[in-house]
Amino acid sequence: MNETAFYLFGAIAIGASLLVIAQRNPIYSVLLLIASFGALSGLYVLLDAPFVAVIQIIVYAGAIMVLFLFVVMLLNAPHEDTEYDERVHPLLRQGPMRIGAVLALALGAELWWALAKGAESGAFPGAAVTSVNVIGRSLFTDYAFPFEVTSVLILVAMVGAVVLARRDGPRDRRDRGEA
Amino acid sequence: MTPLLIAQIALTLFVFVMLLNSAAVMVYVERKVAALLQQRLGPYLVGPKGMLQPLADVIKLMFKEELRPRAADPILFALAPIISATAAFAAFAVVPFGAETTFFGLLREPLKLQVADVNVAVLVIFAVTSMGVYGIVLAGWSSNSKYSLLGGLRSSAQMISYELSYGLALAGVLLIGNSLSLTDLVNGQSGVWLGFIPRWFVFLQPIGFLIFMTAGIAETNRAPFDFPEAEQELVAGYHTEYSSMSFAMFFLAEYINMVTVSAVAADLFLGGWHGPFLPVSLGWVWFLIKVGALLFFYVWMRWTLPRYRYDQLMAFGWKVLLPVSVINLLVTAAGVLYFGYVP
Repeated sequence: MNETAFYLFGAIAIGASLLVIAQRNPIYSVLLLIASFGALSGLYVLLDAPFVAVIQIIVYAGAIMVLFLFVVMLLNAPHEDTEYDERVHPLLRQGPMRIGAVLALALGAELWWALAKGAESGAFPGAAVTSVNVIGRSLFTDYAFPFEVTSVLILVAMVGAVVLARRDGPRDRRDRGEA
Repeated sequence: MTPLLIAQIALTLFVFVMLLNSAAVMVYVERKVAALLQQRLGPYLVGPKGMLQPLADVIKLMFKEELRPRAADPILFALAPIISATAAFAAFAVVPFGAETTFFGLLREPLKLQVADVNVAVLVIFAVTSMGVYGIVLAGWSSNSKYSLLGGLRSSAQMISYELSYGLALAGVLLIGNSLSLTDLVNGQSGVWLGFIPRWFVFLQPIGFLIFMTAGIAETNRAPFDFPEAEQELVAGYHTEYSSMSFAMFFLAEYINMVTVSAVAADLFLGGWHGPFLPVSLGWVWFLIKVGALLFFYVWMRWTLPRYRYDQLMAFGWKVLLPVSVINLLVTAAGVLYFGYVP
């Protein structure tokens, strides 16, 4: 039963993730990414971590992807712009494709390291962290510093977004009739 | 198949059918109460006192033509109402509506009156509700119509804005009840204070309850916050292009969401199935009374208050409701730290 569910969710997660990058229509990409997050959440349930599963849905599939969808819909880009030459193989194209290839290689190396060495390093306690109480306690005691650093990072990103979005040049002031 | 499993399956089906029924009853109640408030008669021809009117409405909807705009995205256009209705039904799965019962000795082991007892039930409701947004947003986008798109965008902005206050209002109750399971939270509200005040969380979290109900109205897109379908501005908002049964699915989802929000409010703030005079085995009667009262409140609000302006809605959500709910949570946390948990 559990094994069947694992393979089902795993297949959905991988299939949906592959389809995300195979899609030309960004709306479909966003929706497939949501499906992939849903399947991941199912895998968390199978790992006996219902809290993480629900948070995955609320934060990623719920909040973040709604904003993604919002932006894609506002941009109203029905299809991806293809500035590069269609006839050249994707791996041989110039520009962003190369950065993508480097990032993919880095991700592969990280994955290999995590799978091969991560378990040995003992970074994660072996005991099942199922209850919210346990998660909260370890988050605010043992992992208090990383937690606070992450929140500062998010704050910086928020301030950055506000600064970038705020247009307060002389032209905008003139538009508002102040100058 | 053990008797308990059969009972559980029967209960699940029962909840499903009852949710469908509740939508039909709510349509009737809505029209009758609206008529009452506007000094009209309301439906009175179909059946005794017009009580079969919802049935007539459903038959009418079924026989209407299913239209799809030529420029619409066919897959997403069909998928959107399904997402809305599924999310509405799924959210109710973790809501308990009565104490454990053996059905007067019929079962050997007691059965929980709840489809699924999840230990993070409150968060599950939150997660499923946030999935429901996609139904509306996709309906708006896939219709390929300006009114639908604006309705969908408004709705997603509105639901994201009010979800924060909604969640923070819940967090206050979770702090007091010291649990994420709805069953535990309801059981924490049994008994009375000073001999006559029921130990309901609404008396400890009055502001939280108000925030929850306000945000709940915005979450379910009901008047006075029904911007996604403001007819004077957007024809019918996100479901402008929908007809027949796919329109009925959105309609159904709206009413079931109302029932779910009321049921959660009854469980979290009004003591669920706990109440005086009735034995515990009949607690679900109290639950029904409380949910019914909250649903009446919803209908009453809709026909009493005019719709706000969209910028007023956003300003109210971010500049009033959110700060108040943060302060409410801080005060609650300090109180829990000082006095300890309630149960």
